[in-house]
Amino acid sequence: MRYPFVTGGSDFIQGDEAIARAAIMAGCRFYAGYPITPASEIFEAMALYLPLVDGVSIQMEDEIGSIAAIIGASWAGAKAMTATSGPGFSLMQENLGYAVMTETPIVVVNMQRGGPSTGQPTLPAQGDMMQAIWGTHGDHMLIVLVPSTVQEAFDFTVRAFNLAEKYRTPVVVLGDAEIAHMRERVNIPKPEEIKVVNRKLPRTPEEERMPFGDPDGDGVPPMPIFGRGYRTYVTGLTHDESGHPKTVDREIHERLIKRIFRKILDNKADIISYHEYELEDAEVAIVATGIVSRSAMRAVKMLRERGVKVGLLKLDTIWPFDFDMIKKLAERVHRIYVPEMNLGQLYHLVKEGAEGLAEVTLIDKIGGEVHTPGEIVKRIERGERR
Amino acid sequence: MNFRSAYEIRDRYLRKDMLPTIFCPGCGIGSVLQFTLRAIDDLKLNQDEIVWVSGIGCSSRVPGFVNFDGLHTTHGRALAFATGIKMVNPDLKIIAFMGDGDAAAIGGNHFIHAIRRNLDVTVILINNFTYGMTGGQVAPTTLKGLRGTTAPYGQFENPFDIAELAVASGANYVARWTVFNYIQGINSIKKALQKEGFTLVEFLSPCPVSFGRRNRMKTAPEILKWYQKITVPINRARKMSQEELEGKVVIGEFVDRDRPGLVRAYREYVERAKRIAGW
Repeated sequence: MRYPFVTGGSDFIQGDEAIARAAIMAGCRFYAGYPITPASEIFEAMALYLPLVDGVSIQMEDEIGSIAAIIGASWAGAKAMTATSGPGFSLMQENLGYAVMTETPIVVVNMQRGGPSTGQPTLPAQGDMMQAIWGTHGDHMLIVLVPSTVQEAFDFTVRAFNLAEKYRTPVVVLGDAEIAHMRERVNIPKPEEIKVVNRKLPRTPEEERMPFGDPDGDGVPPMPIFGRGYRTYVTGLTHDESGHPKTVDREIHERLIKRIFRKILDNKADIISYHEYELEDAEVAIVATGIVSRSAMRAVKMLRERGVKVGLLKLDTIWPFDFDMIKKLAERVHRIYVPEMNLGQLYHLVKEGAEGLAEVTLIDKIGGEVHTPGEIVKRIERGERR
Repeated sequence: MNFRSAYEIRDRYLRKDMLPTIFCPGCGIGSVLQFTLRAIDDLKLNQDEIVWVSGIGCSSRVPGFVNFDGLHTTHGRALAFATGIKMVNPDLKIIAFMGDGDAAAIGGNHFIHAIRRNLDVTVILINNFTYGMTGGQVAPTTLKGLRGTTAPYGQFENPFDIAELAVASGANYVARWTVFNYIQGINSIKKALQKEGFTLVEFLSPCPVSFGRRNRMKTAPEILKWYQKITVPINRARKMSQEELEGKVVIGEFVDRDRPGLVRAYREYVERAKRIAGW
């Protein structure tokens, strides 16, 4: 396989570009999108590269159509992605729920900008974290990854495709305008160094008839591909294991939705990724995700120099959320600071996890600037002096 | 055309375990489904190379009853989903079964853009002038003065003419019939299924339960007789004035042309891309 960009070496590129290259190396061959700042460069890179690797890149009439097209592409057997920002992500929520309900592997990238509404199109924010998790209606489960560097934008996009295929689920990559447009050096592995996971296909006639069954007991049904003789019927209505609509059967609905929850929640250990810095002897912790965690890391170093025993828990995955890990952290420290570029979203998850064992303090910031390390230091110093 | 019995068509193409259908007495969707299956049967198309897609509404439940691959999607979005399927696997033939509200209201944008792209898909459109599944609200097709639960004193807005909309948007083939036009309907679907690009066969289809009984037509035959009154064959319509056509619905073949479809256009685009990039 020949790629129209550097592989097995490093390149100095934007986060958007890194996401596009990672998608192609992860096997993505279908992209549908609609222009939006700050995610347009992902589309532009896909438009440049995909025709050269015999993939399809198509501009749809809106973001609703974009996510619809990638779901269709996935059922036709392709790995597929779309990318957008807040306003477009809002439009995608309906079909994001459809992808959850029909267990369709897709990757949706949301490069967050200031909101609500049109807000601050060119500036970063972390205001869509709750929307990424809870944006679509009804009980649902999906996976949300948050990169903090251009390298992570690359790595997490590959991972997003693999998790989508492995668990037959939509995966959201939640970046921001800073990572979208920032240029950093990225190591792009050789193709053979990238681990690529493919969805499991039906292996027996029984599995062909049960595209929403659970033959392996892991909650993940093998996925038939259209045009291969399976004659699969896929619906967003509540359906039984064979795919037949069963809209007024309480038990079938509960069995379906709980399996969709179980296939993710039973595999938290595989899905959830995080990094700890200087937490061994910490009396104070910072929990952060995405671009802010870089300032938080610098703040840890500055505070350590001043003798404050502080450490950082950087979350790569914000959903599913490891409440137990936060509880264990809360048992060890007396206060947890949560810096985030919104008025409190991750904060609520951390607070729930801490179960009152440690005080949880929000360090909010909105308006389109990432917290400086100094701002985090100042807030923690003030908080610890009390 | 061969004349297999309806039972043979049923046994061959329907999922028995999904029957009975959800359709009300007098509904026209079953007839249009039969026309479509007869067209497929006549053309001896491979059942495993056809995917049915649909959105939401009574007619959108059709893919669940037929023994083919099927994607029953969200309201109005069927053609956007179809775009992904067709572009990934151009060997598949896509039939989109849509209703008038699905295609022309909530899905209006997807509809005109799928046509503009000349997406290779055959749309079978059930136009019953109403939202049947939700209980008879007015639709973007409801003719002026007709009643629905959301315009109980008679529709005051102008209707869309879906066939004309499709012609103007660039479809390769557009025909409109009533469910009464059995032979013409099947022939149009056969033609549509064999053509490249976007093809549309629209059917005026009775909905006595949600639409008819609010408009003094409690049974399907009354609606069919009304169709006879309001429809005008396209050749005659061309000689009529705008005033004479007021409140009428034109039926027949609106357009039959051979512009390149999206699959071919993209294939050529990929060749151009590789040439330009020196790939």
